[in-house]
Amino acid sequence: MIVNVQDPSLEAHNLTVIYHRKPVLWNIDFSLPKGEIIGIMGPNGAGKSTLLKAILGLAPLNSGHSRIFGKPLNEVRKKVSYIPQRQTIDWDFPASVTDVVLMGRYPSLGLFKRITKKDREIAQQALEQVNMTEYANRQISQLSGGQQQRVFLARALAQQADLYLLDEPFVGVDASTEAAIVQLLRNMKNEGKTIVVVHHDLHTAADYFNWLVLINASLIASGPTEKVFTDELLRNTYSGKLTVLSQVGDVMREQNFPVREK
Amino acid sequence: MTTQQLIGFFLLEEPNVQMVVAGTLLLCGMAALVGCFTFLRKRSLVGDAVSHSVLPGICLAFLLSGEKNPLILLLGALATGLLSLILMEALSRNRLTRPDTAISLMLSFFFGLGILLLTYIQHQGNASQAGLDKFIFGKAASITEADVQLFLISGIIITAAVIVLLRGFYLISFDEDYARVTGFPIKLLRLALSVLTVWTVAIGIQAVGVVLMAALLITPALAARFWTHSIGKMLIIAAIFGMISGYTGSFVSYLAPAMPTGPWIVVVATIIAVFSMLLAPDRGLYARFKIRSRNREKTLLENILKLFYQIGEKSNHLQGTILEEDLLNHRAFATEELQSGLKKLTQQGLLEHSLLDYRLTNKGLAEAQRVVRLHRLWELYLQRYLHLEPDHVHDDAEAMEHVITPEIEAQLELILGNPETDPHNTIIPPRA
Repeated sequence: MIVNVQDPSLEAHNLTVIYHRKPVLWNIDFSLPKGEIIGIMGPNGAGKSTLLKAILGLAPLNSGHSRIFGKPLNEVRKKVSYIPQRQTIDWDFPASVTDVVLMGRYPSLGLFKRITKKDREIAQQALEQVNMTEYANRQISQLSGGQQQRVFLARALAQQADLYLLDEPFVGVDASTEAAIVQLLRNMKNEGKTIVVVHHDLHTAADYFNWLVLINASLIASGPTEKVFTDELLRNTYSGKLTVLSQVGDVMREQNFPVREK
Repeated sequence: MTTQQLIGFFLLEEPNVQMVVAGTLLLCGMAALVGCFTFLRKRSLVGDAVSHSVLPGICLAFLLSGEKNPLILLLGALATGLLSLILMEALSRNRLTRPDTAISLMLSFFFGLGILLLTYIQHQGNASQAGLDKFIFGKAASITEADVQLFLISGIIITAAVIVLLRGFYLISFDEDYARVTGFPIKLLRLALSVLTVWTVAIGIQAVGVVLMAALLITPALAARFWTHSIGKMLIIAAIFGMISGYTGSFVSYLAPAMPTGPWIVVVATIIAVFSMLLAPDRGLYARFKIRSRNREKTLLENILKLFYQIGEKSNHLQGTILEEDLLNHRAFATEELQSGLKKLTQQGLLEHSLLDYRLTNKGLAEAQRVVRLHRLWELYLQRYLHLEPDHVHDDAEAMEHVITPEIEAQLELILGNPETDPHNTIIPPRA
């Protein structure tokens, strides 16, 4: 069940990543619609985060390419906002909440342009949207997990992008923050934004996402949630019968084989 | 040492003193500035390895040019420092070694190579080589006017580069992936930072030597981090700390000419760092200790008030008079602690003290009632929602009752729906 769309927000063509041992992404090929909340799901080690990173040029591609709004990433970087996993960041860094949200303005400011009053207003609005206004001057090391995630979301909002890629935003986050984030994502969708979320909780998937991408090293399914969220497809995704593929990947790496014959 | 000599130092009368002071101030200041990013990017050990790796470059530059021109030596230092940095990154990126192994390997290899070359030079019988060995432990006293000119130009360029590229350096130190996705020139920024670091090291070793150079990078940054949460302030504070260390170091070695400047600079910088660890507001040890002792006192006072209430409950006279022994009979307070607690409560107007006994004032009763109420609400909450047995809830509630904000209290009330009794069937007093 792989549904392709016309005029996609994000498309991947033959993406293959062998990322020092596992996880392996194998020949991932899909296209995603615009203006939807899209979930990327799969078991642990299925390569969900690696897929985001491969699309964003953060993981080395062994083959394939991706396009965003029909263009290579380099031409649309300002339109793309990435929210990395909160745990990958050192939160004991000398920065206030406002400092981090203002980083969302850096892409349009570049290295040298000064931060203007307008930028500060945009940052403040972003903080309002995630309900963190009263924490504006707080040092980031004093935030709870949920608050850190909201700050990251505010940074993405301040960027005023069209495509948002979130890597496991609900991990280690309290229930009220999760609900607030979901509501915010829906508001963003209503404004025509496209949101792609790496997620692992099956219970909430059908509720949160309009479109689902199921992967386990290779692409199992991509399509509207009502078509993809079926017992059979989920079983295929989570049954782990792709171990042979991973083994091939391991052997190729060990013996230094190329992934594609050239 | 006469007073006149001391005054002479402060007035910088001797040209030699002028050079040493100007030199150390410049190089300590810029090392602290650049070192902030080494510190924030968690590259302290890389800084140490790079410092050791400039030694062979200096020797090679001398061998090739046959003279001790500071600019040529600087170029040699830059060459091997950067080479070592590149090799370290390549080794760990290609997973040939772990990062810590790569650092250790390059540090010892380049330093060893430097010592070899130095020994070779010394046995060559070239008279102009005298003083090259100062690069191992540093010798600030030999800083010349030509050196200071080079330091000044370097200092201006390095400071300007840090200011101009601050946003980029800040972003790659905090979240490199984000910087890369948004199209910041990561490679260029990293290269710029590397060049600035190696350059600073190559200059700084004149005063402190390759062995101690990492301290000039890291220690002021570490100290500064304790005092502020803002990167701009951190850079300024670090530079000031670095310069204080440099100035004090040259002062000490002026007082006692046998004393080496470099090690003194490092000792002073470390003293400043230790002082910051102890005394900085918020993050310092003393601040943390004060918070802990304030919490302990709050707990003590609230426990005493609670006891007054509980004894009063039994005798049906909430504001009855109570002797110190009564309190001690009910709860194992340390006598001294109890006495100081009673004294504080009396001062705060929560207790009334007559010759022998104490009783709750109206204000004290309200406060006692609040604490008891919170304790019993918590017990109920723990029993209902954490499914703890009634005989297990007391100790947890005992700790929690002291940290309740009014908002949490309101939430507790909302969840529990204003109950009247706790798990032990004692009455929960109403809100005062």
